[in-house]
Amino acid sequence: MPVGTQDFALLQDVGQFIYREARLQDEHRYADWEALWADDGIYWVPANGDGGNPEMEMSILYDNRSRIGLRVRQLMTGRRYSQTPKSRLRRLISNIEILETAGDTVTAGCNAFIYESNIKGETLWAARNDYVLRREADGFRMVLKKVVLVNNAEPLYNLAFLV
Amino acid sequence: MNSHVAARPPAVPAGPIERPIDWDALIEADRVHGSLYTDPAIYALELERIWRRTWVYVGHESEVPKPFDYVMKSVGPEPVLMIRGRDGKVGLLHNRCPHRGNHVCVSERGTARSFTCPYHGWTFNADGSMRGMPFPSGYEGVDREGLGLGRVARVEAYRGFVFASMAAEGPSLDEHLGAAKGIIDEVCRNSPTGEVELTCGFLKHKVKANWKFVVENETDGYHPGFVHSSIFQVSGSRITELYGDKSLSLARYLGNGHTEIDLRPEFRKRAEPLSWFGTTPARLPDYVARMNEAYGEDKAREIMIDGVPHVMIYPNLFIAEIQLFSIQPLAVDQTVQHVTALQFKGAPDINRRLRQQTMGSVGPAGFLLADDAVMYEGTQIGVGLSNPEWLYIGRGRHRERQDEQGYLVGCATDETTTRGIWRHYRSLMEAA
Repeated sequence: MPVGTQDFALLQDVGQFIYREARLQDEHRYADWEALWADDGIYWVPANGDGGNPEMEMSILYDNRSRIGLRVRQLMTGRRYSQTPKSRLRRLISNIEILETAGDTVTAGCNAFIYESNIKGETLWAARNDYVLRREADGFRMVLKKVVLVNNAEPLYNLAFLV
Repeated sequence: MNSHVAARPPAVPAGPIERPIDWDALIEADRVHGSLYTDPAIYALELERIWRRTWVYVGHESEVPKPFDYVMKSVGPEPVLMIRGRDGKVGLLHNRCPHRGNHVCVSERGTARSFTCPYHGWTFNADGSMRGMPFPSGYEGVDREGLGLGRVARVEAYRGFVFASMAAEGPSLDEHLGAAKGIIDEVCRNSPTGEVELTCGFLKHKVKANWKFVVENETDGYHPGFVHSSIFQVSGSRITELYGDKSLSLARYLGNGHTEIDLRPEFRKRAEPLSWFGTTPARLPDYVARMNEAYGEDKAREIMIDGVPHVMIYPNLFIAEIQLFSIQPLAVDQTVQHVTALQFKGAPDINRRLRQQTMGSVGPAGFLLADDAVMYEGTQIGVGLSNPEWLYIGRGRHRERQDEQGYLVGCATDETTTRGIWRHYRSLMEAA
């Protein structure tokens, strides 16, 4: 189906949101990043594949909104040693697609490639991100962010930054 | 050659240490030499004398519930297949074709009555025996008995926990576990059915550190208040009370390398069931009802006050209240912790919380373990530096004592556990 002008505008809005989220994460702007979440947000990083049932299987990260807040507060203590000093990060986002729209929610997907440098050395992370975004009065909020790391079935080094 | 550096003998031997190793020069009562964590020759000897000789935890029977279910596991760095046979018994096979050495299985888990090597099509039964090879006329007169998959010499389970020894001879699992059997019993009694199960998959967390740093950290009661202060502060956790200077908790050496931090004195002081799990009976009514039914109210209350132990069963099984870890060395400075939530058979409400809390605290992104990981990685870098060459492990030596059962105990923050681990390590490494 050809992409109409309206879809193109949506794609641009969603793209800008995702780029901004990426930059806030790269720059460790924890409070600004937390503000992107909806009250019922779920932050999910599956382990061992594309993601089974996170209520029944181990995930690398499966935070509800309150745990997202806890994660951010831990980072802000300055004594989250796995981020002291903070990893230097830059991520590239590409292949953004709108996958579905329904009412005020948009499902979008993209690829992410993250370069991390810290005391341990350099780590490269590649991921498929899926977003469910809800349009609120002042812009999108994340209802779901699912990050499927390409190598999530393998043993992984620390992943203590916001992925 | 770099011409402006004067030629002089290196501070540490450049090549592998020649056998026999002088253990007196490496392990003392209150300090250990840094090279024990960095020397590839010591690591190679550990593979031989610890990982391929003693009993190593492999997995849990609940991971392969039905005949012909298998899951990939490891004994030290070596991959093995843990399979439930036709007869219901769990066995371990080396994942290596006896023909040219290729693996015969690449999927992490599944159900299979046979395994076929992709290289030349040799096929093996689930018990490892040879099933057949293509173009059999080429093997006329060859004894197929000797061409099965390698079987791990000794495999035994205790209450569902499967252990293996690659050596045909040696102490029995019973002898190896010793006091740890009682601790496994204590873990299991927290289940209303008396059974633990591992059913939710593993997180695999890799660190650039020697495996012994990980083992030592598991029952180091000195670090939690410092390393984990960030999460304790923001979560309102009461865990620091357990590991403080005033704590009644004990660091205990159980023999055979096994160690624990016994938190029961603190939990008993609180006298609140499920305080060990940071919750209350009102929030887990179903679990409490099942426990009362299974053990009677008084006994159930006692169990729910004591909680699940915090025990390191040497060399690689760590049970930390709500989680189970299996420690796998990959290289002298590479270790993987495989971790999952303990699940109590027949207790879905507590299991859900066990899973959630486990996901929050461990693995690469965990509130706790990511911070532990940078500590081991920091120590690994440190032992590679030249001055001082030794690590000091003397904390609490002056106040160490024997408990009623004759085990050595110290305060929760004392290095009684670390010293015990090293005495046992030395006895294993000295045994020719």
